[in-house]
Formats: sequence, structure tokens, C-alpha cells
Amino acid sequence: MLRLENITQVFGGLTALEDVSFSVKEGSITGVIGPNGAGKTTLFNIVTGLYTQTKGEVFLGGENISFLNTEELAKLGLVRTFQNVELFRQMTVLENVMIGLHTKSASGIFSCAFKLPGQIREEKYILQKSREWLTYTGITDLADITAGNLPFGKGRLLEISRALAAEPKIILMDEPAAGLNSRETAELASLIRKIKESGVTVVLVEHDMDLVMDICESIVVLNLGKKLAEGTPRQIQENPAVISAYLGEG
Amino acid sequence: MVTVKKRQLLVFFVFAAAVLLAPFFLKGNYLLNVLVFVGINTMLAIGLNLLLGYAGQISLGHAAFFGMGAYISGIITSRFPVEPFLIIFLAALCVGVIAFIIGFPILKLKGHYLAMATLGFGIIMYIIFNETVDWTGGPSGLSGIPNLRVGSLVFDNDWNNYYLVWVFTLAVMLLSINLSRSRIGRALRAIHDSEVAARVMGVNARILKVQIFTVSAVISAVAGSLYAHVMTFIAPASFGFNFSVELLTMIVIGGLGSVYGSFLGAAILTMLPELLRVFQDLDIVIYGLMLILMTMYMPGGLIGGMEAAVRFALKKIGKGENNNAQA
Repeated sequence: MLRLENITQVFGGLTALEDVSFSVKEGSITGVIGPNGAGKTTLFNIVTGLYTQTKGEVFLGGENISFLNTEELAKLGLVRTFQNVELFRQMTVLENVMIGLHTKSASGIFSCAFKLPGQIREEKYILQKSREWLTYTGITDLADITAGNLPFGKGRLLEISRALAAEPKIILMDEPAAGLNSRETAELASLIRKIKESGVTVVLVEHDMDLVMDICESIVVLNLGKKLAEGTPRQIQENPAVISAYLGEG
Repeated sequence: MVTVKKRQLLVFFVFAAAVLLAPFFLKGNYLLNVLVFVGINTMLAIGLNLLLGYAGQISLGHAAFFGMGAYISGIITSRFPVEPFLIIFLAALCVGVIAFIIGFPILKLKGHYLAMATLGFGIIMYIIFNETVDWTGGPSGLSGIPNLRVGSLVFDNDWNNYYLVWVFTLAVMLLSINLSRSRIGRALRAIHDSEVAARVMGVNARILKVQIFTVSAVISAVAGSLYAHVMTFIAPASFGFNFSVELLTMIVIGGLGSVYGSFLGAAILTMLPELLRVFQDLDIVIYGLMLILMTMYMPGGLIGGMEAAVRFALKKIGKGENNNAQA
């Protein structure tokens, strides 16, 4: 599904990522873990086209996407969520999800200004679909609230709803459990499983080890910009290199 | 949702009816003349509001597009026996193309840098209006611009000009309301709130910003052409930096991201100088004070403040009813 080959990223004189390669199986949940500064978010930024890597290539379903920009990748079905929750804070919850359907609609400025029939039909479709996604993630009752007023946990859910509305093939989540309490984290875990079961591939960066070990089928460990290990949760837990990286020994 | 849409349409029709009936109550009144310019300024304010209020991209050079529309129409129609309405269209097209071309490099900039670039563009155009004396008449202005006419109907008095300008203005208002309630309007507001998140959701921020910049410039150019034909005389002083700032003040006072707010701001800033004439030069101080107070206490502008007041009142009434029910 997603394949990274020899990704290297250099910022000035600092090597943030060095020769990282791994692949993500279609329909799986893959976790990317590592201590702070390991290069996890940088990796996400490269895959989603926000950074251009110094070296290496990224493939999505066999297609080379190394040099596509962010909005083109969204059209191909690759979306993400952010560590600090990037909502459209002045728009309502419903409108946020409606933006998720941007790639599923095509009306331009002209047909929107003149309300051409095609645009009216499209608008109905967007509204109906958006409401369905709010139901899917269980935040229908918040539909008309301004997103900036949401509590953090609900904001996370909204961000995920918005990403799902784009009907992605693969969704990248940057620390989805950060800032959530244990109940919210448990709900998140079951939502991520539900997303996976609907056929969407999930990749997540996460610090919450319980969550990662619980839901991920395969884990990639980064340390200081290099891939340290890759395998099933059990293999990773028993890997001496990983243990020493996390405990700061060696 | 249907009711919201219907209510919006109703609001627009009530507004349009009020606009179209107003002259009958103001016949022969000097106010009618002022309202012609309220219409032109409303168009300009909406144009700038699409860019700043919705997409969050500032322009300190919008008076330049207004001037370009006015001068293209003015120069051509005062020299050649051509159909002026056709030239309005031509001017809009020319300004649109120019805005589209300069939009790509300019809109890559953000915040202060974008403000500086648009400011620079405005100043360059202002210098051109002043210095190309053979064409524009320079600082002393361009006169002899013909009035618009349709058959035997000549737009040479306040009554006719009022309807001429307001038909255009109402059209711009309706189209802008439609636009703001569509996927494009939402995408613009999304860019405003978080450009990176908008791009991740597939919004092509770069192209969309250039497109709305172009639309905004085209609206300003049409307003400029109408202004030239209504005034029959134009001079560079109307299209300088001061006017760009005045436009900005209009939408901040009226309400960023609101079509009716644009009208409110334009109406206040057009009529205020007339009312404040007794204070003479103090009006600029009053603008400044309004701008400061607005940004401090009413960041949503007058429209935002009014909406908050209505919501507050409804809540009070609702509470009263609840109390009654309990009693």
C-alpha cells in the first residue's frame, strides 16, 4: 500500500532522517514509534508532501508519489491528522466535515456563485454525507457548534471525521491519543479498529505504548532518524535494541 | 438547514426590496446622490471582503483595481465612440487577467509581506495614473467621460444612477452570498483558519487564493467603471493609498466575512463624512478611533455585534418563557 524507500531528510546540517525504508500492508494498522526527536513527524510531513525529502522515494499502491504536493495526495486518498489538532476553528463542526468532502466535489467559483443545478445537487450530497460521518464518529449532537469551542477530545474526533469524509485509502494519524484521558483513548482505539475494518489502512505515530501494542499489527521503531527495528508488537517488545533505546542504555 | 437557506433568501429579498423602493421616499433629496456612492463602495467592500474576510489574505492596494477599471473605461469611452457597457466588460477582463498574473507571485507571500507587496502594487499604479499624463490627464484628472445609456435612457441624474449602480451592487451581493455558502466559500474560510489542514483535505490553496484575488479585482474594476461613468470626471486622488485604507476600514467596521457587513461599513464610511462635515478634518480622527474601538470590543464588526445582541436577546426571552412555564 505505502512503501518508503531510503528516505533521507537533511535540515541545514542536521540529519533528521537517514535511509529509512519500510512498507505498510493494505488494510493494516501500523505504528511508528520512537523517542522524542526520532523523526516521526518529519516522516509524516514527507509522506504527505509538506516537506520534500532530500533523498529517497515514496510509493502509494505502486505509484511514485515522492514529488506530488499535499492536495494532489489528498485526491489520491492519502490524508492525515495532526499532533496539535488542526481544525478550522471559526467554522462549525458540520462545516469542518464538509471540507473533508472537498475532493469528492468539483464545482468551481462560477457555478457556486451562480448556483448552477450541478452545484446544488453536489451541495446536497456534501451535506448528507457529512451528517453520516458525524454519526459514524458519534458527534452528531455537536454539528452546529463552532469547532474552536470544542473540548480537546471532541476536537480529535472531529479531525478524524473530517479526514474520513475524504474517503481515504490510507490515513496517517500523528499522536491521536495525545491529550486524551483513558476513557477517550479506549474509545479512540475502538474507532481506529472500526476504520481499519472498513478497509482503510491506518498508520499512526504514537507515544502511548499500551495503545500501540494493543491495536497495531506491525510496528516500526525510529531512533535518531534511523530505523531501529520493525516487526509485530511482541517482536518489538522483546527487541534488545529497542529496549535500550527507550531506557537510554547502551 | 432548509429553513436557514430560506431565511437567508428572505433576508436578501427584503434588503433588495428596501434598496429598490428607497428612492421613492428620497425623491429630489441630496441623500440619493450619497446612496449612489454607498452602492459603489459596497461593491468594493464586498470585493475586498471576499479576499480578506473569507480567505484571510490582506490587500492594501485594492484602490488600484478600482482605479484601473475607472481609467480603462474613462480613457476608451472619452476618446472613441464605442459602447460603454462593452468597455466595462473589457475593463473587467483586463483587470482580471492582470490580477491573475500578479496573483501567483504575490499570494505566495503571507501576512506583513503580502500587505507590503499589495501596498507596493497600489503605489505603482497610483504613480502610473499620475504620470501617464497623455492618457490619464495626470493629477488634474480626466474629464469628458460619457454617461452610460440604454436606448433613450441616459444615466445622467441621481435617480437613474442609483438604479444603475444598485442593480450591479445587488447582483454582486447575491453572487457573493451564494459563493460564501458553497464548497468554495468553505474552502476559503478553511484556508483562513489553517492553510495546511485545508491542503491536507485537498483544497488547492495556491490556485484558490489567486482565483479569489482575481474575482475581487474584477468586482473592484466594475465598480471603477461605474464610478467613472457616474462622475464623468476622475482623478488619481480617488485611487490612492488612503482609499485602500478606507476600504479596509469599511469591512473591519462592518464585519469581516459578511456581505451585509460590507454594506453596513460602506454605508457608514460613505455617509459619515457628510454628517461629520461640521467637525471638518476631525473625521480622520474619528475613523481611527472607530477602528481601534472596533478591533478591541467588536472584532466581528457591527454585523457580528448585532448578531451577538440578537442572540443575547433571544436567550433572555427564552429564559423568561422558561421561568413563566415554571411559575
